[in-house]
Amino acid sequence: MTTTTMTKSQTGEVAGAENTFQATFMPRFDIWETEEELLLYGDLPGVSPDNLDIRFENKELTIHGRVEARHEGIEFLYGEYGVGDFHRSFAIGEAIDTERISAELHQGVLILHLPKSEKAKPRRITVKGA
Amino acid sequence: MFATRWEPLAEMNRLRNEMDRLFGRWGRMEPRPLASTGYPPLNLWEDDEHLYVEAELPGFDLEGLEIYVTGGRQLSLRGERRSPELKGGTWHRQERAFGSFSRTLELPSSVDSDQVSAEFRHGVLTVTLPKSEEVKPRRIEVKADSA
Repeated sequence: MTTTTMTKSQTGEVAGAENTFQATFMPRFDIWETEEELLLYGDLPGVSPDNLDIRFENKELTIHGRVEARHEGIEFLYGEYGVGDFHRSFAIGEAIDTERISAELHQGVLILHLPKSEKAKPRRITVKGA
Repeated sequence: MFATRWEPLAEMNRLRNEMDRLFGRWGRMEPRPLASTGYPPLNLWEDDEHLYVEAELPGFDLEGLEIYVTGGRQLSLRGERRSPELKGGTWHRQERAFGSFSRTLELPSSVDSDQVSAEFRHGVLTVTLPKSEEVKPRRIEVKADSA
């Protein structure tokens, strides 16, 4: 992904565009479903709550976590993984009560609650005997 | 130890990372396959005074991690991540790994074991290992004869 930052110099002139290249990775997710909700767990190491963007539109859930560059100008002696942003989207077939969606982030793990809307909850149908 | 469901896209992504590691992003680095199968993957870099080792360990906590330095040349990391105990539902997707890991790394220079510190932020562990005195680079003063 390419991020373009424009820096303004003090005279008001555009000092020049600085391009930073940072890879984007697909984070791993677990999805648990109960009668009440969909519960998502995602591994987003290095993402702070301020840098996490979660959207739910048109039955599509999009999660984007921005990771601040930690190793600018550093040469690794061993480099076994790359650092970059996290991005993932899911198509959610269930009817979700978007008002009650809640998210928490602990130690790089996102826990996202997607409560099912009332009409989507399974109902037990009582069968009347004759 | 770790069991994760096979996911083609994640696998491709990992392969891409691996290719990047070998040919692209870390092009200037020796493509050493340093235990690339080990968990967790580690990044290691240095400055004049320290070595730094970083690992992504989401869902772990600093209390549950064991960090040892042996003989000033070997770093060991151990930890465990438990899966949440959930009842009355079904899994649709399980990609995250759980269980315990243990990894030992030979350090490229000797360090002062007593001064090692670790920081854990947003699931990223950074271990700072001060180099032992004898391996620190030294500036050599050049004395000029005063004429």
